[in-house]
Amino acid sequence: MAIDTDTARRVAHLARIRVSEERLPALSEELSAVLAFMEQLSEIDTDGVEPMTSVTPMNLKRRADVITDGSRQDDILANAPDAREGFFAVPKVVE
Amino acid sequence: MTMALNTLTIADARAKLTSREVTSRELTQACLDAIAGSSALNAVVTVTADKALDMADAADARIADGSADAMTGIPLGVKDLFCVEGVRSQAASKILDGFTPRYESTVTSKLWNAGAVMLGKLNMDEFGMGSATEYSVYGPTVSPWRAEGSDAKLTAGGSSGGSAAAVAADLCLGATGTDTGGSIRQPAAFTGTVGLRPTYGRCSRWGVIAYASSLDQAGPMTKTVRDAAIMLGAMAGHDEKDSTSADIAVPDFEAALTGDIRGKKIGIPREYRLDGLSDAIAKQWDDGAAMLRDAGAEVVDISLPHTKYALPTYYVIAPAEASSNLSRYDGVRYGHRAKLGAGDGIDDMYEKTRAEGFGTEVQRRVMLGAYVLSAGFYDAYYRKAQRVRTLIRQDFEKVFADGVDAILTPATPSPAFALGAAAEMNPVEMYLNDVFTVTLNLAGLPGISVPSGLSADGLPLGLQLIGKPWEEGDLLNTAYALEKAAAFSAKADRWW
Repeated sequence: MAIDTDTARRVAHLARIRVSEERLPALSEELSAVLAFMEQLSEIDTDGVEPMTSVTPMNLKRRADVITDGSRQDDILANAPDAREGFFAVPKVVE
Repeated sequence: MTMALNTLTIADARAKLTSREVTSRELTQACLDAIAGSSALNAVVTVTADKALDMADAADARIADGSADAMTGIPLGVKDLFCVEGVRSQAASKILDGFTPRYESTVTSKLWNAGAVMLGKLNMDEFGMGSATEYSVYGPTVSPWRAEGSDAKLTAGGSSGGSAAAVAADLCLGATGTDTGGSIRQPAAFTGTVGLRPTYGRCSRWGVIAYASSLDQAGPMTKTVRDAAIMLGAMAGHDEKDSTSADIAVPDFEAALTGDIRGKKIGIPREYRLDGLSDAIAKQWDDGAAMLRDAGAEVVDISLPHTKYALPTYYVIAPAEASSNLSRYDGVRYGHRAKLGAGDGIDDMYEKTRAEGFGTEVQRRVMLGAYVLSAGFYDAYYRKAQRVRTLIRQDFEKVFADGVDAILTPATPSPAFALGAAAEMNPVEMYLNDVFTVTLNLAGLPGISVPSGLSADGLPLGLQLIGKPWEEGDLLNTAYALEKAAAFSAKADRWW
């Protein structure tokens, strides 16, 4: 399936990546080429085949529901581009 | 003439440390000196010289008081994908510009606890996405290898190209790598070094910056198979912080290296004999099979019928997981944030930050992932790929159930290509580099690349062995037998 420029624009927005209008035709071609490659998968009959969702068959371990870590506000904010008064600062989200 | 200490293997360095013939400080200084003279390779992107010498002194103290481990005092390089506390760790991406973790990845923490010495961070493709270490915010890594009679710059492979170049150029005794679709084994093959990707779950992924979580696995990159066995022993083990890490004992991998492979059954998968496979690679492969046969193994033809679907499956699943994993880079918690205009809202911040911070290939994969996971396409692409992934794993399960112990294949379709060639390829052409390596990532299996010979123009070629889950010891032993028979000893002539 080919991706047109409208779809490319929508995908870029879904991925939250700003793509200029001039770049969209080339992007749609690149994405279409990879999708055409993926199309080979439709040749295979996978009826009744379970999707692989666990790489090594194992049960996830359980642990006691207790706090094991925390009180690291300084560590967590240390790498933020903009942190103020113990919070991450971002542009205004609600009017 | 005495041997330069940075050229030692881990095993030889260990012997000299134990006999007190050398100190870790001397070894470490030799590596730091080699790194200082290696800027033309662009393999080491952050040097932690003070930290290294402090760690070396601590290791020497440990050796003196008799509490040394197998890796104590061994200077290592660390792929930039591993978080190291207090050291810039940014997955070769602008979006993690200046990111300095306040925590340590489990794998590196195990290595330091064993007494290994941290020399610095190594170059790679951004977030592990690439096959040439050209998609890096630090600029490309240049292979220490050159074709005979040429001074053209070659790729060291990718994504762990900095690790491969650093080991090949003797800037460190060993290095960590990660392998999502071949990122340890392909660079190892291109540089005449050994690269081991363990079974999925053998090494903790905690603190390793994620690309595709169901495929990523850390492993050692070394000069010899024995070194890979020693280093894996220090990296592996269960970790409560990674729910997919296996809670099983870590065997003594080095003890498995008897070199005796009599009676082992080695499979040669007919689907890997691609149309247009180069004569040089085909000959390496045949020679490798003959070496294993001469060593007493039984070599049998096998079939892995879904092989041709591995790459398209990978290029659905890996971008899908990447788009999810990389959604955390939003300019809020760490790294780069775009300069915003008056009136820009939070979506503008996300979109501008990610457009500036991610390189072209990462953007492409994140968008592909968003597409294959989007409403209406999820079943057609992602679900379908997960089903095919089951079939690919079953191919291997059948072969192993028939008594095959390991599978021998070429590691790469060609020797190292020219730096810059990847930019000329379309994405699909570039992805074909992973054609022999990617299958076992999908199946979660261990694999190792062993240098086997030189191409006509003097470039290293590697063979890959694929093993059974959790049987890295047996796999390493087969690799050890192959290494002994191939007797690869070529080194890159120093030009840098």
